Amino acid sequence: MIEIRNLTKVYHAGEQDILALDDVSMAVEKGEIFGIIGLSGAGKSTLVRCVNMLEKPTRGSIIVDGQEITALDEKDLRTARQKIGMIFQHFNLLSSRTVFDNIMFPLEIAGVPVDQARKRVQSLLEVVGLTDKAEVYPSQLSGGQKQRVGIARALANEPSLLLSDEATSALDPQTTRSILRLLKEINRNMNITILLITHDMGVIKEICDRVAVIDNAKLVEIGDVMDVFSSPQTPTSRSFVGAIFNREIPEELLHRSKANNGQDIARLVRVSFIGASAGEPIISSMVRQYDIQANILYGNIDRVKDTPFGNLALELIGSPAMIDSGLAYLNDRGLEIEVLRDE
Amino acid sequence: MNEVLGIALPAWALSFWQANSWLAEALAVATWETIYMVLISTLGSYIFGLPIGIILVATEPGHILENKKVNQILGSIVNVTRSIPFIIFLILLIPFTRWVVGTYIGTIASIVPLTLAAIPFVARLVESSLKEIQWGLIEAALSMGANAWQVICKVLVPEALPSICLGVAITAINLVGYSAMAGIVGGGGLGTLAYYQGYQRYNSLVMWSTVVVLIILVQGMQMLGDILSARVAKKRR
Ligand SMILES: Nc1ncnc2c1ncn2[C@@H]1O[C@H](COP(=O)(O)OP(=O)(O)O)[C@@H](O)[C@H]1O
Ligand SMILES: [Mg+2]
Repeated sequence: MIEIRNLTKVYHAGEQDILALDDVSMAVEKGEIFGIIGLSGAGKSTLVRCVNMLEKPTRGSIIVDGQEITALDEKDLRTARQKIGMIFQHFNLLSSRTVFDNIMFPLEIAGVPVDQARKRVQSLLEVVGLTDKAEVYPSQLSGGQKQRVGIARALANEPSLLLSDEATSALDPQTTRSILRLLKEINRNMNITILLITHDMGVIKEICDRVAVIDNAKLVEIGDVMDVFSSPQTPTSRSFVGAIFNREIPEELLHRSKANNGQDIARLVRVSFIGASAGEPIISSMVRQYDIQANILYGNIDRVKDTPFGNLALELIGSPAMIDSGLAYLNDRGLEIEVLRDE
Repeated sequence: MNEVLGIALPAWALSFWQANSWLAEALAVATWETIYMVLISTLGSYIFGLPIGIILVATEPGHILENKKVNQILGSIVNVTRSIPFIIFLILLIPFTRWVVGTYIGTIASIVPLTLAAIPFVARLVESSLKEIQWGLIEAALSMGANAWQVICKVLVPEALPSICLGVAITAINLVGYSAMAGIVGGGGLGTLAYYQGYQRYNSLVMWSTVVVLIILVQGMQMLGDILSARVAKKRR
């Protein structure tokens, strides 16, 4: 759906050059919800804005739906943009127009006949649940309602791609969830690919299929949301994942010295489990099957999209051979093991 | 005391105006002339000033019709013409006015310098109104594939309309002042009345009556502008 090749963007701010994107290459598949996460100033907005050429790339090319968007002339670019919807953090609705006319706006731009356009607006109002607000001005709407109008407006010309620049960042958690649910519905029912950026790992966790992590203008990690959550590869990703799943083991546990009796050792491990195994008593059967004691130091279970996702810090006490077999047993059942301390 | 004043004052005023009925008539004619001059030149100055203001904004660096040359040239013309004092502008324009209207005296002739003097002023007013619009709105329109013309007609002007309405009132009020100046060199309206009948004949009654009418006129225009702007804005609230 989107192919980004060696995208570099340099801003010239007075005397200074700001490198906002540094040789970024990635692809977004048709029909997926792709999230880009990064800290403020990392270059996320620049990246999505390059996709519809609101920002001209300094180098590199972008192909959207088979069309090299970076090579189009002004006129063709305008036509191409009609098929790329965009929603914004601050909604950007026209205060001079009612909700109905705001959704009408892109249809006017595209020159859709009025009758047809009005029908389309009506059905979009139903999709976003704002039929009763059609004749109201944006200033009378709540943030969540404004974003719904923004979404309806972005969908007006039946785009194949929806870009979202921090669309939920100005909303409270509950409203955020309802907007994300709406985006998910749109993605499924209308088969619209969504490229969203956010600084909130919660958003990624909630709806994204794949995620890319941007740090300091560079793409540092890209992968399935599950993989990034269970084993983040870079410090930036780890801190993002840590922000919603506490993966930190308290210092005092890490350095607690265990009184050993002869050959026994204590090994501290982190066990991550995804999906169905989260519901099975694997740990307890391991303890029963092998001669190991297991102290659960801490643990949590959360959901990533619709899949259970858990994290356990275990202190295993027993002979080294037993512990190795126990861990192998866990590994065979699809659990991910990370040794934190061994003595 | 109040009762005495309450009856005596209107009675005095009535007899006074009967004795000076020529003044009432002259005031009425002059007021109409002033309103007429101001309305036509406000209209004229917007016909030219509005597009110039739009071009000034749109040709700025990074804007929808970015064009450094046009922006700089237009900006300088606006600045230069704005810095010429109106009274001098009036005199400089005499040949032009005469060429356009055939004379440089009278109400119709005054409209030419009034309009021309107000155009750069209007352009700057419009420019500042348009600059109040958040860039995000323009960007949203661009992201939908809008061209520059659509951005201007569907975003810039409608979004800035409340502010533009206030600008119209400011322009008209300024033009009331300018029209009085034009009146002194024979432009007609309240200025001519105040100068020729009042100042030159030492008639302070005429002077003060025109001042009162001018105050009412200016107040009225400001109110009209406020109401208009509030109405446009209120619909959106
Ligand atoms: N129009 C611009 N002019 C100059 N610098 C910019 C501009 N837009 C963004 N930047 C800079 O580029 C970097 C990336 O910005 P941005 O893409 O907005 O980051 P993010 O959306 O991740 O917060 C920042 O350092 C920012 O200051
Ligand atoms: Mg941003």
